[in-house]
Amino acid sequence: MLRNLLIGLVLAGFVFIFYNLYITYEPKTELTGIAAHYAEKGAVEVGAANLVTAVVVTYRGFDTLGEITILFLTASIIAFFLKLSKVDEEKIIVHRGTSELLITASKILIPIIFLFGAYVFMNGHLTPGGGFQGGAIIASGVVLSILANPNRQINHNVIIWVESISGVSFVLIGVLGIFLAGGFLDNRILGLGEFGTLFSAGAIPIIYSFVGLKVGAEISNILNKYQKSQKES
Amino acid sequence: MNNETVFIAIAIGIGVLSLILAFIAVQNKSLSVSVIAAGVVSLFASVLFLLMAAPDVAMTEAAIGSGLSTLIFFYVLNKIKRYNA
Repeated sequence: MLRNLLIGLVLAGFVFIFYNLYITYEPKTELTGIAAHYAEKGAVEVGAANLVTAVVVTYRGFDTLGEITILFLTASIIAFFLKLSKVDEEKIIVHRGTSELLITASKILIPIIFLFGAYVFMNGHLTPGGGFQGGAIIASGVVLSILANPNRQINHNVIIWVESISGVSFVLIGVLGIFLAGGFLDNRILGLGEFGTLFSAGAIPIIYSFVGLKVGAEISNILNKYQKSQKES
Repeated sequence: MNNETVFIAIAIGIGVLSLILAFIAVQNKSLSVSVIAAGVVSLFASVLFLLMAAPDVAMTEAAIGSGLSTLIFFYVLNKIKRYNA
């Protein structure tokens, strides 16, 4: 009873706070300040048809580096806590078997899903999506392959190398920006190219491809750890 | 009936459905049903994001919210069941 009363009090507090926010809220009719600058000058300065990508990779590129670092830390912490002993590594996952339909469908679908993931992160400067979305789509392909064969071995060395090389290349391209262009992660180290084509927006397609590979490798690594934790005696 | 009315009707329908599923996720006795319901809430959320013209957020929500996290929940559930048995 007392617990429910306390929960009710907290909820009433939230209602009070958010109602005050809600009644004083007036939607803005036009862009102001930095948003207006991005919307008006973004296409000229960055050359990316997708303004979200222009903000995420170039104007706020440092934040993206931070997000990738957080994802890396998460993967490391999960790997630390789910580490298996040598004896457990030898064991296999006992399961009830997977259906023929799932196995056959996964053989056809997995290459298409990987291809779509690569498409999403390479076209991040033209169409919606980008490195994070493409990486998540690639990881969904890994999910399908694990579902079709719960004992599938994911090559750990490939994941580690892809992840490390893309992370280092991302930072190196960022540092190149300091010397060749206006600052860290400036995309104008390459020519801006023709607006709206694949090879445009300077270094954005390269940076976003590395981000996509890194995110895909990290999420696959997390999945691999969880998959291995199912091994039993 | 113009386009905007249809849009609002679909959005409200999806919102009500996800509320119902969220309630099922909290209240159901079976944990597997709860995990599935939580995954479907994410799926509905991604459709809502798509309707609100944010396809990139919708992609992330569909892949991570309803795909990866559901799988991870099931892995953890399986592990817990084995320890309790």
